[in-house]
Amino acid sequence: MSKLKGWKDIPIGAIVPHGGTAFDYETGSWRSFRPVHDRDKCIDCLDCWFCCPDNAILAEEGKFKGFDMMHCKGCGICAKVCPPKVGAITMKPESDFRE
Amino acid sequence: MTSVKELSKRKDIFCAGHRACSGCAPAITMRQVTLAADTNLVAGLSTGCMEVVSSIYPYTAWRSSFIHNAFENVAATISGVEAAYRVLKRKGKLSANYKFIAFGGDGGTYDIGLQSLSGAMERGHQMLYLCYDNQGYMNTGIQRSSSTPFGAATSTTPAGVKIPGKQQFQKDLTEIMVAHNLAYVAQASIGYYRDLNKKVEKALAAPGPSFINVLSCCHRGWRIDPADSLKYSKLGVDTCLWPLYEVEDGVYKLSMKPREKLPLEEWLKGQGRFNHLFKPENADMLKKFQEYVDKKWERLLWKCGEGKEKTKEAGK
Repeated sequence: MSKLKGWKDIPIGAIVPHGGTAFDYETGSWRSFRPVHDRDKCIDCLDCWFCCPDNAILAEEGKFKGFDMMHCKGCGICAKVCPPKVGAITMKPESDFRE
Repeated sequence: MTSVKELSKRKDIFCAGHRACSGCAPAITMRQVTLAADTNLVAGLSTGCMEVVSSIYPYTAWRSSFIHNAFENVAATISGVEAAYRVLKRKGKLSANYKFIAFGGDGGTYDIGLQSLSGAMERGHQMLYLCYDNQGYMNTGIQRSSSTPFGAATSTTPAGVKIPGKQQFQKDLTEIMVAHNLAYVAQASIGYYRDLNKKVEKALAAPGPSFINVLSCCHRGWRIDPADSLKYSKLGVDTCLWPLYEVEDGVYKLSMKPREKLPLEEWLKGQGRFNHLFKPENADMLKKFQEYVDKKWERLLWKCGEGKEKTKEAGK
């Protein structure tokens, strides 16, 4: 029987190359409701950004920028945390957006 | 306290693409807690939903260092990492500063991980243990844990004819941690996220081990609409089932007193796991639960130095 390989000769397995690789994974296909944003009503409080479980709300310079539809799972929490007097986010069925 | 606008300029440590259910409140907890930590972070997770959804090979949702060992020993694991960090620092082999957070669900904290948590806290490591309490073993199919509230229907305590749901009251872990004489102990809810943010910042700055218990609802286990995740986490506080308070060096401080103490039914109704409590034959259970909550709330008010007169009356 030939000599067994030492641990240095065996290729390294199970490598995760860097942190945050999950960002490449699409979870947007889970969505059955899509959030729709009204720029005129929005007061940029960013509560929706803070409460999104999927980081699917993009903020830039302290302002609401848009949705990350690749990751939005359509839970509707953003529409609920939007202050009732503002109501800038509404949930629409995903079927409205497909041909 | 850092404002939301300031926080929005930071990069998420718990990134998008994790595979938690849509509308998952513990995922919001993870995100907000890691955002509040403005330094290099080492996160440890015990087995549970958040560990499973964030580290499916070859994906990881963590942009910080991440360590997972087993169900029962996240506190021991992180305390070991922290001890190694201190040695490297002392020898001058590491110059960067790190913070250490151990995350555990209620199963991994209240039940399975209690001894390792107690040990790590007693040894006085510079770490924060954060328990996201969704009141059951939601990851494995909604079994009862010692944090499941009285009367709740789970897969191991189903609402049957003879026994309607769980018959025991939930364990008060925050009080157990207060008894460890920690630098900082707090109870928070994801429904009051600004308060949670403040508490995490405080806990990370505390001189010694700290513990935060966060009520984060699981819409699958609680049988509610995903969009209502935050609403029910908030109602738990407003009905005084889950009061927000903090204990610094043994001194109790109430973080928020509800403007109007809501009856417990407000929290129970709408949750599918409590549907059977509203049947006429279970009315006494409802009353028993409300009495339990009132008693605990009175006791807490007394500990915080408020509502002394009422407690005297209760004592008579």
